[in-house]
Amino acid sequence: MKSLAELAAIREKMQNKVVIRDGSSEIRVVVGMATCGIAAGARPVLNAFVEGVNEAGLADKVAVTQTGCIGVCQFEPIVEVFEAGKEKVTYAHMDAEKVKRVIQEHLKNGKPVAEYAITNV
Amino acid sequence: MKELSLNILDIAQNSVKAGADKIDVLLEENEETLVISIADNGCGMSEEFLKNVQDPFCTTRTTRKVGMGIPLFKLAAEQTEGNLTITSKTKEKFSDESGTTITALFYKNHIDFTVLGDIVSTIVTLIQGQPDIHWHFNHKINKDEVGVDTDELKSVLGDVPLDNFEVICWIKEYLEEQYNEIGYN
Repeated sequence: MKSLAELAAIREKMQNKVVIRDGSSEIRVVVGMATCGIAAGARPVLNAFVEGVNEAGLADKVAVTQTGCIGVCQFEPIVEVFEAGKEKVTYAHMDAEKVKRVIQEHLKNGKPVAEYAITNV
Repeated sequence: MKELSLNILDIAQNSVKAGADKIDVLLEENEETLVISIADNGCGMSEEFLKNVQDPFCTTRTTRKVGMGIPLFKLAAEQTEGNLTITSKTKEKFSDESGTTITALFYKNHIDFTVLGDIVSTIVTLIQGQPDIHWHFNHKINKDEVGVDTDELKSVLGDVPLDNFEVICWIKEYLEEQYNEIGYN
């Protein structure tokens, strides 16, 4: 059974870590979660990022957040990747499989997946 | 929308945008009906806006002139012979008691009933996206109950944010376990 004691244990563990958060992440992944995005399948995309970023050990470097309508609903699910000093990369028609590649090649190795990206948005 | 849980995720975003700091997602079902209600303490809607809000051409969006969130949810309810109602109190008139409640009634045995789908995923996504909001989720199924209240979790977690990955995983498993226990699928 899941118990609140487990949450207390997580708290304990986190206290021993220096937690740097709130805008300090180097990379910000933003998933469009308005009606258009959700209907097109944004929920599994977001969850794949949340899980994948942590599994890849990038939690301290990458923040995964949600936003409303980005304005190009025909390309949903849309994911934007912001990185200080670099141009924003916009990925279109995302799914959980594509997320794996973006995490590996772009977030981890710094090379955007050109195949999935759209320009001039 | 393929699942009602996706409509819930969508409608709850309106509450977030209304500046709510407490949002209740309440489900109540029996053999015949499912009632979904999403209640917030946000800024509320004026009578004028409330009159038009079920119209797709009424929206707060700035990127488009159409908003399909409420119309889609209403359609999903009405196609089962159910209905959707909205009550709202504006901040101007009701100050601390402002907020909006959207309630939808579904007849589960109707051929056009959309499945609820992955509600756990929706709740987890809402908490992950807005960890500072007080979320209260409760799902009554006949005599059983499943739920989570983020204030309760916060009192245990202290400074650890709700969108911490391990916390998110815990919430997911916590809800899944409750559903398994009562044999709900």
